[in-house]
This record gives sequence, C-alpha cells and structure tokens, in this order.
Amino acid sequence: MTTHSANSDLYFSTARELRAKFDAREISSVEATRTMLDRITALEPKLNAFITVTAERAIADAEIADQRLQGTGQEPTALTGVPIMLKDNFSTKDVETTAASNMLKGYIPPYDGTAVRNLKDAGAVILGKGNLDEFAMGSSNETSAFGPVHNPWDTDRVPGGSSGGASAAVAAGECFIAFGSDTGGSIRQPASLCGVVGMKPTYGLVSRFGLLAFGSSLDQIGPLTRSVADCADALNVVSSHDRRDSTSVAAPFDDFGQDIDHGVEGMNIGVPKEYLVDGMESGVREAFEASLKTLEDLGANISETSLPLTDHALAVYYIIAPSEASANLSRYDGVKYGLGSLDAGTSAQSTEAARGAGFGDEVKRRIFLGTYALSAGYYDAYYKKAQQVRTLIRREFTDAFLKFDALVTPTSPGTAFKIGAKMDDPFQMYMNDICTIPVNIAGLPSISIPGGMSEGLPVGLQFIGPQFGDTTVIRAAAAYERATAWHKNHPLI
Amino acid sequence: MDPLTPKDVDHIAQLAYIKLSDEESEDMRIQLTNILGHFASLSSVDTDGVEATGHTTDLNTVMRKDEPQPPMDQEDVLRNAPDRDGEFIRVRPVLE
Repeated sequence: MTTHSANSDLYFSTARELRAKFDAREISSVEATRTMLDRITALEPKLNAFITVTAERAIADAEIADQRLQGTGQEPTALTGVPIMLKDNFSTKDVETTAASNMLKGYIPPYDGTAVRNLKDAGAVILGKGNLDEFAMGSSNETSAFGPVHNPWDTDRVPGGSSGGASAAVAAGECFIAFGSDTGGSIRQPASLCGVVGMKPTYGLVSRFGLLAFGSSLDQIGPLTRSVADCADALNVVSSHDRRDSTSVAAPFDDFGQDIDHGVEGMNIGVPKEYLVDGMESGVREAFEASLKTLEDLGANISETSLPLTDHALAVYYIIAPSEASANLSRYDGVKYGLGSLDAGTSAQSTEAARGAGFGDEVKRRIFLGTYALSAGYYDAYYKKAQQVRTLIRREFTDAFLKFDALVTPTSPGTAFKIGAKMDDPFQMYMNDICTIPVNIAGLPSISIPGGMSEGLPVGLQFIGPQFGDTTVIRAAAAYERATAWHKNHPLI
Repeated sequence: MDPLTPKDVDHIAQLAYIKLSDEESEDMRIQLTNILGHFASLSSVDTDGVEATGHTTDLNTVMRKDEPQPPMDQEDVLRNAPDRDGEFIRVRPVLE
C-alpha cells in the first residue's frame, strides 16, 4: 500500500486538529470522510475492525456537516464533520446492529440509542459499526461471530476487548474517534493494548438507552480517542441526562475538560499496591514505574496505598455481571427479532433451539454462570454475597478518596497477547481485567492513556477518580500526556 | 466446592432456555466448576449487616409523567420478526 504523507498526517490527526483544518478550509468533511473510507477499504482485510461500513450514509452526513461548518444551519460542535465509529452494540436506526452475535445477524433496529442521537445531533459522521466480543463479553475480541480483530501494532495479536474494533480502528487511523462500552474494562483494556486513550465516565453520565444491555449496573458508554482533549470533547457530546434511562444522572459540571490545563502539581495520587499483581509482565511494571517518576517530576505527590478488597473484585464481578447478563439476554427468544427456530415443536422448544444455535460459547458460559448464581438455593451465597462485598469495595474507594485526588495503576497486567493464546482457559482470560473491574463495581470514572512501550507493544496507564471526579482524571491524564510522547507513536500499517 | 453434576447443568440449561449438545454440557460442567472454585474465597469476607449494592448512583425509584409518545412505526418493528404473517408475528404452540 502506498501512503502519501499528507494522508498519513490526516490518518493520525486528532479530532481537534481535523476540526481546525475544517475551520481553516484546508479540507472538507466530505474529503476527510472519503479518505477514511479509502483507508478502511485498504486496511480491513488485515484488521477486521468493522462489522458494517455505512459509506453512503457517511458521505451524505458529511455533506450536511460541511454546510453546518460553513455557517449555514446549526452552530457546529467539536464533533461536526468528524468521522467516527460506533461499537456494534449501539442501537442505530435502519443500520444493522449485531452485537457480533449470530443471534442478531440481520437485525435492523427501529430506533437510535440516546448516545447515537446525541452524536447525530452534534453532526458527527458515522463511518460504520465496530467489531466486538459477542455481546461485549470478552477481553480479546475473539468471541465475535464475525471473526477476531487484529491489533494494528502486530496483526498476530489481539486488540483487547470487548471494544476491540474501536481500539484497533482508532490506533490504525481508520476513524478519529470511536465509541465503545465498558462493563469491566471493555474500553480501557483495548485502549491500553492498542495505545490509544479510552475513558469510562462515572456510571450514569451517559445514557444506556439503546446500548444493548449486558450488565446494567456496570455498563457505561465512553470514547476511544488519540488525545485526552478529544476524549473530553467526545464526552461533552454523548453525556446527557435522559428520562429513558432511570439510572441516568446530569453531570455536576459543565465541561469534562474544564480542568484539563491545570496540571498535577500538588495533586495527591495513590498507588494501590494490590493492582501490581503477581502475574504482571515485567515490561508493564517497568513502564508503570517510569510513569510514576514522570508524575512526580510534574509535581504530583505519589504514595502507595492499600485496597485489600481488590483481591475479591474479580469474583464479585464474575457473579454480578453474568447474573445481570442472564436476565438481560433472556429477551432473545427468537420471536420478535433475532435468530428464530422454525422447527416444529412448542414455543419453549423453539426458544431453546434458537438460543442454543444463536449464542456463542462465552455468552452461553456467562448466561449459565448467572442463571446458577441467581437460582434457588444459591442466590444468597453468590449474588447477594457479591452485592454486599460490592458495598464494601465502594466504601474502600470512598475512604481512599478522602486522602487522594486520584489513583493511578497499570490498565492491564500485560500487553497484547497472541490470538488464540488464552481462548482455552476462561479464567485466565478474565484475569486481563483485574485492574479495570473494581472501577465498574464502584461506578467510578477512569481513563487509560498510552503510558509506555514494552517490546514494541503499547502499555496503558490508568487513572481512577472519585464518583463524578471525571474532570480530575482528565486533568491528570492530560498533564501526563503533555509531558510524554507515547501518544504520538502510531503503528506502521 | 463440590463439582457440578450433569444434572445440575441440565437444570441450569432448562432455566436458561438454552439447548446444549452432550459435548457442550460436559465442557460447561467442567468450566463452571472451575470458575466457581475461584469464587469460593468470597465467603471469607465478613458481610454481616452489610447492605447489598444494586447500583451505584444512589438514586431511588425515578418517576416520570405517564404521557403518550409517538409510537414506533409498525413496519419498523415487525420487519425483524423471524416468522411473520402480515401484521402478526407467528409463534409456536405453547402446549403440545
């Protein structure tokens, strides 16, 4: 493939840089969109990051965005004319939405989710739908019914998951921003493995209406971007109070980026020692230690702390998330939509057959796990117990944030692993999310940013803030980003 | 904990409305037993008198006015049904 340097600059521009080019009339949204669509055509045989590309719609949306950018029509926003991707578990009106499952192949939603609605209203140009682990259940994007996504840094490796299409597309310059969902790390862990920024805001700040439900008390929508500023801009667009989601809350601040330039001088940042797990790769540990030094040089007060219940977070998560999933996925009965079974038999037999054929192994495993945890005789020992420990984990975080403005940890214990390496051992796969899961349990904001390289592969650095401390983690992440050049590394693809 | 039995797995399959092949059932039995074994340590956490957390927003029941909204287009909704007859969705008999 030949790459012209002008295009190469564009592929890895931030959304803000692209918007500046729109304003300077250096490029139009239609031109940028066509360039991205060509890039997608060239790279998809290697990456498989998209399930659906909506080229015609994207060009039509870009034409409207250009008018808006030229001052006819509504006031433009930070995302007007910016080509983006949506993970394929976002309900998009008239565009196939599969959740990477055979259960939903061919499903055409009759409505847009609220986050999608907000993005369309802002004038963002949707290029298509991103590959993911089936129903967002996985940490490697290998459980997709549409095949694995390949990491642009090394196409023999996974991009992480479940928002693996999103992270690969942003890292490879197939789009400027992608939106994913994070139930136990599904934005931050793939962001870490692909060397991009990914943020899960405080639970409740982005409406879940129209996000295909996995674990409703844990799921949260967020962006994957190539800069922290883009992340703040993206959150300003998607975040809204929504009467269609009864867990939706209005942000207690006006701008996710309001403190982005404030730096970390004098900030108290804790390092919870339990996150530096035994199995952590040495390259990740070394990168993390170097990052702590950088933060100290910037004037942050770094000190070790302890969150002892972290050791139980994985168990809590893998009881609560599958329990909620088993209830949420009971809607796929093969009657109103989704894969049906037209074989003779009763209604129940037809549903059993459709679900047996439509769901993949990991989804079935989690439904079984959740069904078991909720079943008579086991509810108290598993589900209720996990919810009680969840209360204690939250309290532990609350206490920590009396002393610290933010916590900092590695995002994942390892870098991108080889495709197939962990598929035979579900529990080993679950360990990938050991550093991200506690955050969802407590509903906190957290961002992963490029924080080093190990043997040619990106390493992520994670900041965790108190509930509604979204502006604080963005502030800390931006200070680190200004002081380092990791975010300027791009894969040669 | 004791390993799950094939009967346990059959029972869960019935509750979950998922048909598994014999081979899938045996794999599921082994994997669930393994995963649940990792969770046993949870019982060591003292949770006496601790309230359960269902979600983290601290919101209570959220009410809104019951006002009619424009419905979705009928065709948009029906077009996804696997088995359709005009404006109806066809289902299998509930009783044999």
